[in-house]
Amino acid sequence: MSEFDPNIPIYIQIMHTIKQDIVSGKMKPGDKLASVRELAETLSVNPNTVQRAYQELEREGVSETRRGTGTYIMETERLIPDLRSEMAKSVMQKFIAGMRSLGLTDDEIVSAIDGEIRGGKN
Amino acid sequence: MATILETDNLKKNYYAKQALGGISMKLESGRILGLMGPNGSGKTTFLKIIAGLQKSSGGSFAVDGKPAGYESKKHVSFLPDRNTLYPWMKASDAIDFYADFFGDFDRAKAIDMLDFMKLKKDDAVRTMSKGMIEKLNLTLTFSRRAKLFLLDEPLGGVDPVARERIVSTIIRTWTEDSAIIISTHLVNDVEHIFNDVAFIDDGKLVLSGDAEALRTERGKSIDQLYLEIFGNK
Repeated sequence: MSEFDPNIPIYIQIMHTIKQDIVSGKMKPGDKLASVRELAETLSVNPNTVQRAYQELEREGVSETRRGTGTYIMETERLIPDLRSEMAKSVMQKFIAGMRSLGLTDDEIVSAIDGEIRGGKN
Repeated sequence: MATILETDNLKKNYYAKQALGGISMKLESGRILGLMGPNGSGKTTFLKIIAGLQKSSGGSFAVDGKPAGYESKKHVSFLPDRNTLYPWMKASDAIDFYADFFGDFDRAKAIDMLDFMKLKKDDAVRTMSKGMIEKLNLTLTFSRRAKLFLLDEPLGGVDPVARERIVSTIIRTWTEDSAIIISTHLVNDVEHIFNDVAFIDDGKLVLSGDAEALRTERGKSIDQLYLEIFGNK
């Protein structure tokens, strides 16, 4: 119900969840999104907030509204790879900002990642 | 979008005691307003005046453009903070009672909502739990085709499951051309259904605005803001 991060607008968090569901394969291109009211009810949020999230998704080319039938995830080949790289970038930026705030230099960050990923193999 | 409620310097005194010290606000259609404040801050007085159950001592208000009075009252559906139904009533009696009283009462909607609330038509108020009574009262309030719904503490003393059902019902009832005001101090459970919030203290508005804008601007949830404003009360 209220697992939302107070520092980020809720519509952005809703958009993020939907994008994540697309990238992870939980939702597929061409799938229909829940109606505004349904999703509002599931998340216990204001319907206007869901409406806004849907509008923004449409503006970003993630979904499209088909007149009278609802909102669908776009069926373009680029959608999943594009979303994946967009989301990977944002995860990475957060990670790097976090590491920098710990006082690590960029070289140290790179070698820390390297060590963590290959650590087990050497 | 139309203005559903506009109040101008609304005041109320109980003899020498001031309950409302001049409240001015505006609520557009399609919006859900959270009216928040500690006990005794003036929330109930404010709602009762808008519902036409009490007279203001000063200032004015209009509902859907109609000035305070018979016409404004017709468009307001009010859920009081305590049960007003007789203990002998069955849910079906309560529905008949409301249908007799209010010309805009939608019986089919009431029966539908009763079912969603998991209440039975033959259940008597006397045998109902606090949560069930709250759900019945909410069903009656929401079964009117009103422009403005006023819910006074709809979540007080209700268990989390019933609370979730009540929140769902609020979202289901929401329409583009009506508005809802919810007074509460259980902010956490409902803050995400508010478009607008108004914090009221000692009969005065201390902070109000768009919920999302306030969260972004202050980097705090509405619940945290509530604690910040009223924390030392």
